[in-house]
Amino acid sequence: MIRIDCPYCGARDHTEFSYGGDASVPRPDIACEDIKAWSDYVFLRDNPRGAHSEFWHHVNGCREWLIVKRDTATHEVAAVLPARGNMP
Amino acid sequence: MSRYSALALAVKALGGNRTWPRVWRDPEPKPSYDVVIIGGGGHGLASAYYLAREHGITNVAVLEKSWLGGGNTGRNTTIVRSNYMIDGNTRFYEKSLQLWEGLSRELNYNVMYSPRGQLNLSHSKAQFDAAARRGNIMRLNGIDSKAMLRDEVRRFAPYLDFSDQARFPIYGALWQGRAGTVRHDAVAWGYARAAARCGVDIIQQCEVTGIVTKNGRVRGVETTRGAITANTVAIVVAGDSSLLARMAGIRLPVESHVLQAFVTEAVKPLVDTVITFGAGHFYISQSDKGGLVFGGDLDGYNSYARRGNLAVAGDVMAEARALLPHLSRLRVLRHWGGTVDMTMDGSPIIAAMPVKGLFLNGGWCYGGFKATPASGWCFAHLLATGEPHPLISRFTLERFERGFQLDEKGAGPEPGHH
Repeated sequence: MIRIDCPYCGARDHTEFSYGGDASVPRPDIACEDIKAWSDYVFLRDNPRGAHSEFWHHVNGCREWLIVKRDTATHEVAAVLPARGNMP
Repeated sequence: MSRYSALALAVKALGGNRTWPRVWRDPEPKPSYDVVIIGGGGHGLASAYYLAREHGITNVAVLEKSWLGGGNTGRNTTIVRSNYMIDGNTRFYEKSLQLWEGLSRELNYNVMYSPRGQLNLSHSKAQFDAAARRGNIMRLNGIDSKAMLRDEVRRFAPYLDFSDQARFPIYGALWQGRAGTVRHDAVAWGYARAAARCGVDIIQQCEVTGIVTKNGRVRGVETTRGAITANTVAIVVAGDSSLLARMAGIRLPVESHVLQAFVTEAVKPLVDTVITFGAGHFYISQSDKGGLVFGGDLDGYNSYARRGNLAVAGDVMAEARALLPHLSRLRVLRHWGGTVDMTMDGSPIIAAMPVKGLFLNGGWCYGGFKATPASGWCFAHLLATGEPHPLISRFTLERFERGFQLDEKGAGPEPGHH
């Protein structure tokens, strides 16, 4: 079990959360018409072995979106931030 | 190296079985090859075998960072089938099943293909209709399938929960009789032996640490056992596809996830076919030793850990219990995890990369084992000719950008959901 220290609720099991994927990919500006930029945003991932920044939704808790810094090889959580104000 | 046969078995037995030769050679890496295949799992070894056998290219090295078949080839639940529905998938997986049918003879190695059939359960009328449609599409492609309603399923597999207490009552099933299981270790060993007999160098304990490129062209690889030059380099590394592609400056539409599998203590013959539960994600078969082999969903987040979490193990056990209540007293002997490379549409990538001379065979999600022979057969064609075989013409890297995804499940660009 991964324990995620929700900034609003405290430390909880990861089963309370829903995974939202890579949080390091910036969304292109809505006015951007470059199809390559959009397709890279939707499809391409660094997929690192090691430090990974990712979205988790505390769906069975406060329902806030969080950004979790986690190691994909050891599952060690280094930091948990509110997604609000910390978007890539 | 001697062929395996009943006569060889008798003769070697008389000699106390002390004179069997090595199954494959263990050479030192040469400084240069025509083709370097990174990854000594089923797909890499099959690619090497068909390169030598079908295309006469034998100056080939297969580089494996640990031991043969120690990755996902030895971690799957050994199921083979060809019940795919989308153009681009259907005939490819059927080619694979056809190759499985003749593989033991082709390789002179018993891979224990057991066409015990697969029963895909459905638990509502809507789900059964969708399954029947899939079955009809399969039949239009010349693939065997049969839709069964509840009573027929019950006659066929009476040990499933048909009681009034069933949480998800069984409505019907889609049956594919030629589906079944194959001994996964034997696939790696059989292809390795057959490839080595054709002259391929199989080099274990040799990890690739860099891919050498010059002017947009691949020149070779750096490894823990020295540099090797080659004008054709193939990445066939399952869960590590992104890491290897990045060595050549390429980002892939792939996330690595962990998938668990389980085996119970051995019991007498009970589950005589492969069964998939339609109300969740669960599949089960019984090994020849008697252990029930089963698995379920991904853990659900990026992972290279090769071990899973207990919450998903619990979910899988609950599904087992819902389908076969009498399993509740069986003990699970082992469980393990494998790192799978989940693509953004759930289908594989077998294609040339933007770096000339570099090819990728990956993105198998959690369904790669069944594809092993066709994957190797088609990939060898691509490596030898530079042109994709028609069976893999849709498995390109560009399909994502161009809107031609092969999304069998219709889950959208969420790799963990396929």
